[in-house]
Amino acid sequence: MASRARPLTLPVGAALAAALLGAMTLGTVGAVALHAGTAPIGPADWSALRFTLLQAALSALLSTALAIPVARALARRRFPGRGLLITLMGAPFLLPVIVAILGLLAIFGRGGTLNQLLTSAGLPPISPYGLHGVLLAHVFLNLPLATRMLLQGWQAIPAERFRLARALALTPAAQFRHLELPMLRATLPGAFLTIFTLCLASFATALTLGGGPAATTVELAIYQALRFDFAPDRAATLALIQFALTTAALLAGWALIRDTSFGAGLGRLPELPAPKGWRKALDATAITLAAAFLILPLAALVARGLPGLTTLPQGLIEATARSLAIALASTALATTAALALALATARRAPGHRLYDTAATFPLAASSLVIGTGLFLALRPYASPSDLAIPVTIATNGTLALPYSYRLLAPPARALHADYSRLTASLALTPMARLRLVTLPQLARPLGFGAGITAALSLGDLGVITLFAGQTNATLPLYIHSLMGSYRMEQAAAASLLLLALSFTLFALFDGIGRRHAPA
Amino acid sequence: MLQLDHLVLAAPGFRLAADLTVPQGARTALIGPSGAGKSTLLNAIAGFTAPQSGRILWQVQDITAKDPGQRPVTILFQDQNLFPHLTLERNLALGLAPDGSLSPDIRARVEQALHRTGLDGLAQRKPAQLSGGQQGRAALARALLRARPLLLLDEPFAALGPALKQDMLALVAEVAAETGATVLMVTHDPQDAKAFADLTILVADGQAHPPQGTAALFAHPPQALADYLGQGGS
Repeated sequence: MASRARPLTLPVGAALAAALLGAMTLGTVGAVALHAGTAPIGPADWSALRFTLLQAALSALLSTALAIPVARALARRRFPGRGLLITLMGAPFLLPVIVAILGLLAIFGRGGTLNQLLTSAGLPPISPYGLHGVLLAHVFLNLPLATRMLLQGWQAIPAERFRLARALALTPAAQFRHLELPMLRATLPGAFLTIFTLCLASFATALTLGGGPAATTVELAIYQALRFDFAPDRAATLALIQFALTTAALLAGWALIRDTSFGAGLGRLPELPAPKGWRKALDATAITLAAAFLILPLAALVARGLPGLTTLPQGLIEATARSLAIALASTALATTAALALALATARRAPGHRLYDTAATFPLAASSLVIGTGLFLALRPYASPSDLAIPVTIATNGTLALPYSYRLLAPPARALHADYSRLTASLALTPMARLRLVTLPQLARPLGFGAGITAALSLGDLGVITLFAGQTNATLPLYIHSLMGSYRMEQAAAASLLLLALSFTLFALFDGIGRRHAPA
Repeated sequence: MLQLDHLVLAAPGFRLAADLTVPQGARTALIGPSGAGKSTLLNAIAGFTAPQSGRILWQVQDITAKDPGQRPVTILFQDQNLFPHLTLERNLALGLAPDGSLSPDIRARVEQALHRTGLDGLAQRKPAQLSGGQQGRAALARALLRARPLLLLDEPFAALGPALKQDMLALVAEVAAETGATVLMVTHDPQDAKAFADLTILVADGQAHPPQGTAALFAHPPQALADYLGQGGS
């Protein structure tokens, strides 16, 4: 009996949020499409497209392939620090890309630890730039994600299956073929495609480690067309290509990602056999290498940056303040919009399907495509530099919204199902309902989502590069310009600051949510 | 007096017709097989389910189109009658002030209602820190504060043991007497109906029958009630 006594009113907040999201995603693509026709696709564009697909495919392939032994080892071994390592593997999602790259450069860069070792051994140094540099950074950022996805797959195999395998005395090879391979077949395509899609829109990595005809992604080519060649039409053509790429990858993902069909288990603790001998050594090696690969660059960054913290360069304070203001504003916007959309969808308000769709649009958008669209649409009215801050706030808020929405939608549905009748029968005023029921009940996902949005926005090096002038750089852009002038120690020090602020903001919002959540 | 005027409730695979009158101040049980529509009928009176046709009237005033909170109704659901993250004081105060205010006057009245329902000193507890019986008492305390003329009970005490349930029904009777409320109570236990209700509405075969004296109804049960009670043909 779901029928209502009265038609529901249009949710104004959700409708407004959906309209803004539509303008930021479809609207900017429309602006891009209007300009795209005038510039034909040239050889440099084709090469950018080829490189984008190549690096995304290789990044996804390497990340998922390397994740298999690591996830398997984590799934079947217990050792002190295991939980910490798995938690740490969630961190790269919040790690600003520019910080990760400076960390990698501290090890693999020209003056990095590895090259110092190579040179002292009389070997030629390696270069971290070009395709393999981009791949190195992408694997660093995405290996943890792939590992966590696969680990989840392993832990989802019911313990009964492994017990049965043991009872039948299956060899490890047979067990792999009959239990673990089907899981991998179901999980790997999703992991591969997720990372492939993320790397398709790679900008900051390509900006710092790529470049040149041989290593330019489409996103980087958009930036170069707008900032260096002053060719907005060409940027529009490239932006349309980028939009088509991401949309195609997302649609493929929808079709590919299926769930594993193992049937229900009795929910006992996973009981994977932990074979001894050379397999144990193999697992230990996989875990050690993965941990070292993740931890050493950040440790090297700390070592390199700490001394520089005493003499922070000029303009750093201003850039930091600007970044914090942008992060807080986009967090406020995205969290409010996500809440309005989630609540309207939960109570199946008029247009609820549209709100749900609008909240997924940003997944197909990318920072530089939105930026190009806004650049083209707003160019007649104001100079890009004047728009840098508001555009960055709106873009960062838009791109982070799907995460907040996904976190809020299920608990908002549960809240509606459990308490909407009580709320209605008591005729709570809208403010009392928000203050006493909605906010406390959704405090945890609200805080977590706000933390993610704040960290992502603070660390973002994307759309700001299209708009910022000399005087309004954000902290990541400021770090990038320090790198450009080879002031690596200062760049490392500034990235330590960015790193600390990102995780502090995340912890702050997440903590607020936890504190106000019902016990 | 509550009038259900040619009321028809419909959903795919479900239909219930009701054309009856419940006198003011009566304590009425709704009995019948599960799925017959007892809860749905209560939900329609409370305003959560729109009827396909017909009207609901209280004291000759048509309330069919009113919002749940604007009806002269307090309803106790099977569960989730209290917000789990709010204290008892907060939960009860919402019955008096839907804007969430907590003035000294409101606090005093909440305190009084807690005392009246045997919940002294529990104002700052949250529902999870209470027993099932105490949670039922708290919901009744709020009904006492709201003092709406219609009190609908959708088996709120179904999870309680027999002795505790009797205590609750005695408390309902007291609350109803104090507020002059007309009570409609869904039950599938004939003992509850006999112990509590002067009138009983039989809900069966797509029909909510007009209320009859409980004692007389159970003394000479019609076929549908006899089937439900498992007494065979009569």
